[in-house]
Amino acid sequence: MKLEVHQLNSFYGPAHILFDVDINVGPGEVVALLGRNGAGKSTTFRSIVGLVARREGRILFEGEDITARPTHEIVRRGLGYVPEDRRIFTELTVEENLMVGEQPERTGAPRWTPEKLYTLFPNLGEMRGRLGGRMSGGEQQMLTIARTLMGNPSLVLLDEPSEGLAPKIVEEMANAILAMKNEGLSIVLSEQNLHFARLISDRAYIIESGRIRFGGTIRELEESPDIRDAYLAV
Amino acid sequence: MSSVAQPSEPRRNDAGPDQNQRVASVEFFVVQFLTGLASAASLFLVASGLSIIFGVTRIVNFAHGAFYMLGAYVAYTLTDRFEGFFGFWGGIVVAALVVAAVGALLEIVLLRRIYRAPELFQLLATFGVTLMVQDLVVMIWGPEDLVGPRAPGLRGAVDILGLAVPTYDLFLIVLGPLVLGGLWILFHRTRWGVLVRAATQDRDMVAALGVNQTWLFTSVFALGIFLAGLGGALQIPRNAVTHLMDLSIIVEVFVVVVIGGLGSVLGAFIAAVLVSELNAFGILIFPKISIVLVFLVMACVLIVRPWGLLGRAEGPARQPAGLSIRPWRPMSQNQRLIMLAVVVAAGFAPFVTGDYALTVLAEIAVFALFAASLHFLMTVGGLASFGHAAYFGLGAYGAAFATTMFGMPMIGSLLLGPLLGVAGAILFGWFCVRLSGVYFAMLTLAFAQIAWSIAFQWVEVTGGDNGILGVWPASWASSPATFYWLALAVSVIGIVALRVLVFSPFGYALRATRDSALRSEAIGIDRSRVQWAAFVIAGTFAGIAGALFAFLKGSVFPDNLAIPMSVDGLVMVLLGGIETVSGAVVGAIVYKALAIWLVSQTDLSKLVLGAIIVLLVVAFPKGIVGFAEDLLARRRTRADDGGSAARTAPAKATAPTSGSGAAPIAAPKMEAAR
Repeated sequence: MKLEVHQLNSFYGPAHILFDVDINVGPGEVVALLGRNGAGKSTTFRSIVGLVARREGRILFEGEDITARPTHEIVRRGLGYVPEDRRIFTELTVEENLMVGEQPERTGAPRWTPEKLYTLFPNLGEMRGRLGGRMSGGEQQMLTIARTLMGNPSLVLLDEPSEGLAPKIVEEMANAILAMKNEGLSIVLSEQNLHFARLISDRAYIIESGRIRFGGTIRELEESPDIRDAYLAV
Repeated sequence: MSSVAQPSEPRRNDAGPDQNQRVASVEFFVVQFLTGLASAASLFLVASGLSIIFGVTRIVNFAHGAFYMLGAYVAYTLTDRFEGFFGFWGGIVVAALVVAAVGALLEIVLLRRIYRAPELFQLLATFGVTLMVQDLVVMIWGPEDLVGPRAPGLRGAVDILGLAVPTYDLFLIVLGPLVLGGLWILFHRTRWGVLVRAATQDRDMVAALGVNQTWLFTSVFALGIFLAGLGGALQIPRNAVTHLMDLSIIVEVFVVVVIGGLGSVLGAFIAAVLVSELNAFGILIFPKISIVLVFLVMACVLIVRPWGLLGRAEGPARQPAGLSIRPWRPMSQNQRLIMLAVVVAAGFAPFVTGDYALTVLAEIAVFALFAASLHFLMTVGGLASFGHAAYFGLGAYGAAFATTMFGMPMIGSLLLGPLLGVAGAILFGWFCVRLSGVYFAMLTLAFAQIAWSIAFQWVEVTGGDNGILGVWPASWASSPATFYWLALAVSVIGIVALRVLVFSPFGYALRATRDSALRSEAIGIDRSRVQWAAFVIAGTFAGIAGALFAFLKGSVFPDNLAIPMSVDGLVMVLLGGIETVSGAVVGAIVYKALAIWLVSQTDLSKLVLGAIIVLLVVAFPKGIVGFAEDLLARRRTRADDGGSAARTAPAKATAPTSGSGAAPIAAPKMEAAR
């Protein structure tokens, strides 16, 4: 297993958010974490990379326990994280944003350079000197993914990559994620949009009120409309 | 504490008093302008260091002036004793490096523990360090002013328009922009600089990209301290090295970074030039208000641009200081009876102690009221003022004016005197409540400095440094016992009134603005008006305490409204317990008694006091009352553990957050509030 999350419980202050969450990701797999707004998708990701102060349970990355490690160490082991709200450095140019993400090459993980990323996201290549704050939402989404890839991760957590994007950009995004998969990356993406997730994922989990309600292949999910209706339909 | 800030120290090779006598000619203005630019260089170095540190760590480093002073002292030793070894310029650079190393050590040992604490704690901890350095410097280098060597090759003067300008000044004028350029290259052309700029905007995201924030912070802090040390070291050919340089520069530096915008290096440069020129010309054009002038400009800038010329709006505010997990309750009937018994017992003091003890007790009563008024503003209102002494001092001056100028009887002066404090709070508060967090703290500090400057400089009215003497109580209250009863009565009434306010509808509205400015406005609370009212109420009670203090001492001095007095108030509240309702009073009693005892016991009272402040912030952030309440709550929880053990959320140890060490203050306590 690439990533194993066992019995994860998370808290914001006195509020208990995640209850006994279990997630497994194999090498080269694309796994979708589906759920409605506020179901606990982002908290799951933030807990895995150590950005939630109070969390219990066990998180293994490439077989090693990373539960108690600080965020930067977790990321340096090759576990990349792309936040939901993009969090571009608005005062930095595209090139400088990429420079912040830069980490040494890693064996067993695809190696990324700014040039290679500009081919994956051609829009970025045309605005290398532009300030992050002067980019459209779609461009920022591409930049935040590219910035994380600069760390040469072997697994990436993508928090709602299609959120708030125009349909045409969503399609580009799906192609980019498939290209990342073809490079050998393992990917976990959180989504509210089942159609987008179906295009690119191998397996899916459904999270609702902080608990995992379903885990299985995309095909299994498609064959159980009652589950879809119960946890995903709006 | 003795020293008070003064924007500019006497300069050795200034344009000189003889030249001041001359008719102000064009040539003279040019030379004065150049002198101002030369002063700006050091100011810019120190201010840019403070700004860089704040940008990344969000800590306003009060100890920055102490490092500036250390830079000067170390440079003095290196260039004077070891000149053969390093040479003059080597000595300057090595001095800055030594100071930077000390700074890095401070960051590792102290600041890492308090990065996530409320900004008040950070300001106080670094102020504690300042106090300690003041005593240490005198221990190592002695109390006398030291005159360092002149810079080799730059000893002479250059003739400009017929007037002599020191060559060293010209060197400094060139150095300022050079450092600005160097910093620009560092921040824009190196990966380290890009990381620093990224962290300035979003520290957690930088960590989430695999950057070790811990060492990034340490290196940024070391760079900032290096600049402060360099600024101090470069001053030794111009000014004598004194153990008072720290507070005088820190106030000026605060003004510079607030005008320029916290976090902006270019802003610090522009503001340093502006402030230095204001100082250089203010003394010529408006000698009467030269000290006030800079603060007036700062207040104007903040009104137009609340985040300074080149600063940016602050991110979401951190948890305000007064926020508590354990809800406040009015006292129960039993507790009220106990309090009444304590007050009555205090009333019997004159029958068991002597006159000196009664004077001390009266002073403690006065400070209990002062601390309670600050507590109201900062714990109940969430507005941590760093200049609360202004209203205390204004009340004291008001009482002194009423007595000495208008010949009022004591009761009249006690009633009218505080009105000066009220007026000050109305005026200053109107500006201050527009800001929040560190900017609020710095603006209150600046206003307190304005009040101090007026008291210090308007000699005809205030007597300047000599103060106003002969403010004695009426004959019926002149015995220590009667005055003690008076002070006790006024203080108790004031504290009870403040406590009633906490649990009044106004108090609830005020606490709502503290807990969430946005949400309180959304339910129809006029935030700025409520906070302004709280500011005025706090100022009123501080003014009453000040008026009492004037009669207790028989005199008033500018010290009554100086920074150290404001900080005393903050320490009292912190010592008592910032999250509690009654902490301020307990803190005032313990702190004042401790301070009086300490001064009688040791010459190193600042060192001890500074260490106590640092220790409080790091190890004991809940204060005496908070600690006692914790103990009590824990005992109660244990007592009824039989039935309802699972009442609280699981309190097992949890994984730490990213990089920087979690402060004890950061983790909200989970004990049940009952």
